[in-house]
Amino acid sequence: MTTYQLTVNGERKEVAVDPGTPLLWVLREELKLTGTKYGCGIGACGACTVHLGGIATRSCLVPVSLIGDRAIVTIEGIAGDAAGRAVQEAWVDKDVVQCGYCQSGQIMSAVALLKAVPRPTDADIEQSMGGNLCRCATYVRIREAIKSAAGQP
Amino acid sequence: MRSFLQAVPSLNRRSFLRVGTAAAGGLLAALFFDRPANAQEAAPPPPPKNYPPDAFVHVRPDGQIVITVNRVELGQGIQTALPMVLADEMDADWSRVVAEIAPAGEVYKDPILGIQIVGGSSSIPNSFQQYRELGAKMRAMLVAAAADRWHVTADQCRAENSVVYGPGTRSASYAELSTEAAGKAVPEKVRLKDPSQFKIIGQRVRRLDGKAKCDGSQKFGMDVDLPGMKIALVARPPVFGGRVRALDDKDSRSIAGVVDVFEIPLAHGTGVAVVADRFWPAKQARDRLKIDWDLSGIEHADSAELRGRYKKLARTAGLVAISRGDPAAMDRIPAERRVIAEFDFPYLAHTPMEPLNVTVRFDGDRAEAWTTTQMPTFEQLAVAGILGVKPDQVTFHVGFGGGAFGRRGSLDEHVIREAAVIAKRFPRAPVKLIWTREDDVRGGYYRPLFAHRVEIGLGKDGMPLAWKHVVVGQSFLIGSKFEPLAVKNGVDPLLVEGAANAGYSIPNFQVWEHHPKVSVPVLWWRSVGNSHNSFVVETLIDELAARARIDPIAYRLKLLDADAKKQRAVLALLQEKAGWRGSLPPSHAAGIACTEYYGTAVACAVDVSIENNRPRIHRATMAIHCGIAVNPLTLENQCQGGIGFGLTQLMAKGAITLKGGRVEQRNFDGYTPPYMVDAPVTADVHIVPSTDAPTGAGEAPVPAISPAVVNALSRLTGRRYRSLPLTTI
Repeated sequence: MTTYQLTVNGERKEVAVDPGTPLLWVLREELKLTGTKYGCGIGACGACTVHLGGIATRSCLVPVSLIGDRAIVTIEGIAGDAAGRAVQEAWVDKDVVQCGYCQSGQIMSAVALLKAVPRPTDADIEQSMGGNLCRCATYVRIREAIKSAAGQP
Repeated sequence: MRSFLQAVPSLNRRSFLRVGTAAAGGLLAALFFDRPANAQEAAPPPPPKNYPPDAFVHVRPDGQIVITVNRVELGQGIQTALPMVLADEMDADWSRVVAEIAPAGEVYKDPILGIQIVGGSSSIPNSFQQYRELGAKMRAMLVAAAADRWHVTADQCRAENSVVYGPGTRSASYAELSTEAAGKAVPEKVRLKDPSQFKIIGQRVRRLDGKAKCDGSQKFGMDVDLPGMKIALVARPPVFGGRVRALDDKDSRSIAGVVDVFEIPLAHGTGVAVVADRFWPAKQARDRLKIDWDLSGIEHADSAELRGRYKKLARTAGLVAISRGDPAAMDRIPAERRVIAEFDFPYLAHTPMEPLNVTVRFDGDRAEAWTTTQMPTFEQLAVAGILGVKPDQVTFHVGFGGGAFGRRGSLDEHVIREAAVIAKRFPRAPVKLIWTREDDVRGGYYRPLFAHRVEIGLGKDGMPLAWKHVVVGQSFLIGSKFEPLAVKNGVDPLLVEGAANAGYSIPNFQVWEHHPKVSVPVLWWRSVGNSHNSFVVETLIDELAARARIDPIAYRLKLLDADAKKQRAVLALLQEKAGWRGSLPPSHAAGIACTEYYGTAVACAVDVSIENNRPRIHRATMAIHCGIAVNPLTLENQCQGGIGFGLTQLMAKGAITLKGGRVEQRNFDGYTPPYMVDAPVTADVHIVPSTDAPTGAGEAPVPAISPAVVNALSRLTGRRYRSLPLTTI
């Protein structure tokens, strides 16, 4: 067990875990931030996406020992940011979700996209969202919600 | 046509599936309670006919209205749709309605089936009337309370938006009246609204769970967190039915946080449970187990071998599922007017986004369970049987599910049985069993592998005169608690649904089935038999239309039964809405398909080109007829999602394969469902306006898409696609 200082959603947190523990399980089990989801454990579905140092990152692949001082933002903290709020509102407005399990990860990927590319094209959207799996296949509405959050018709 | 899970007698021609429906509820309950594990339990009383409204509706003093929904929410939107139905008849203020999922309980059983279930798209068809009556009864009791308070008759009062208005300026809110209303007798009979009076039903209402699913606050079974909770993973045999011969767990036990390692029985063989205080140590400990598996004396199923064997079987007649007209008619049709086609389909995993999980706590004389299941009372009984307590001593919480698609409706309750066996070793400590994604992909309970052979004899006009169809694949009903209800003369209706009842008028028509026994566990997969049968029928119909040089919509309209009214309606609507079919660029082609699933008809058109040797779906247009559309907004989302789900089997890696008994895929890298780029760029949904009784929509949008896409591909390449997945184009 090793002790780590993490900055999560703007707050300092201390956890004592095995250094190999993926960030996903630190968030879920130690910090009780269960909005970040386990879907595959191999970075293939995107349900565990968080922002690490501002970059959309699959938290199931990052051992806690490699985080260092990079800030972590999860779905629980994304409303603290204008793009985050706009995406969440667009998601609710377009009634995107079905089961909802993948949507934390979808939203985190979408926010990262809009911060980098405020007016994304369909190709931009497909590239940025391409690794986020939705088994309910809400993709058509995800695309619409991103455009809506970007102020596009 | 309706499934045996809907159990409403059907009046149309497609009645051969109507097996044993009348006795469904009682029979199902009796079957289950007769099982040896629960023989000590007497059969339960049938669910009450006059439901106590307070089990379903609670008007809080602050005006909030809590509606309990007897169906688990898996994404289908039932936690919004049934409250809409109830609130409409109750004249409730929708902005104050919240929904809760019912726990396992007698009163929450399906009013027609007598079991608590989400399956067969039966929630709306079977509970629409129930929730309307509940709402109307609540309204009547609230109005009666107001009338008494004002010393007037109920007829002098009206209700609107959670307020009762009386003569003059009298008014009282539901919240004010709720205590007095609770004392009123529950009316036996109430008058329901005419559909023209609906205020909430038929509106595009946003989901009640929408916000919580966008801010991370929605809890799923995986998020259950209890003091002292332990996490359990299970190492399962590499071949179904394998058993632990020897176990070396020294390395595993040395990991900090590991609590125990022990062998447990599984539904198919035995396994090793690893229990730890967190997921990660449990996972590491499982990875380090050294298990010597005994794989002798069990079948080592192999997909290639099965395809070959099934293909041969498909060339022989099997059990007669349906026979109409003259089976010898084919012999009189000349060879140049006959089409022979052979198809094969792989095993498919459901892979809901939320991996399977169950939490169980055993307290010695009581137990508590938290899970997401399509059949809560069956699972409650399973836990009780293993823990040696009565079912009503198991407090059974049903939580929101991260998808299911049939996977959380197992017929042997194997996941919760594993959890109960493990939890029994840790009295008073909650144990959460997690199936990792690898466990899910490799763990069986797949949509079965199928082979089909169809021979069609055509008339001179290009329309089919004779159709002989053989379906080969495993049955999951045979040997299950549903067998006596659904299987007659050895015929499993689910194997041939979508083929035997496709709705086309063919004078000489035979469908046979073979259901060989194979050791790979299989299960229903969203749209069940239609997932493969509709592909066969709808690609062949398209081929016949092309051969006859008739537009595929016109050909279908010509061939459909006179009473296939819903299919005719959706085709007509599709023709109107998919006008874009006529103006596509040369590198694109349109494909269409039309299916009916449990009373709901769907027609779909797609605009497809080929990019990077894969189908690129630029647009999908879908028309649907499901009677009254309770929530057109959810319905639109269900159709778009059903399209995406139906594309699973067209993915290049859209197959579970076995080699020498071992599943070759492990995770989403090997078994790859559709991502955004694989789904249509846009999907417009058009609903046939109707006041018919509502039918289900969870599964109906699934089966039309894959034949529609393949029909477009055939137009582009001139090739026919009869073996899935689509590894090459």
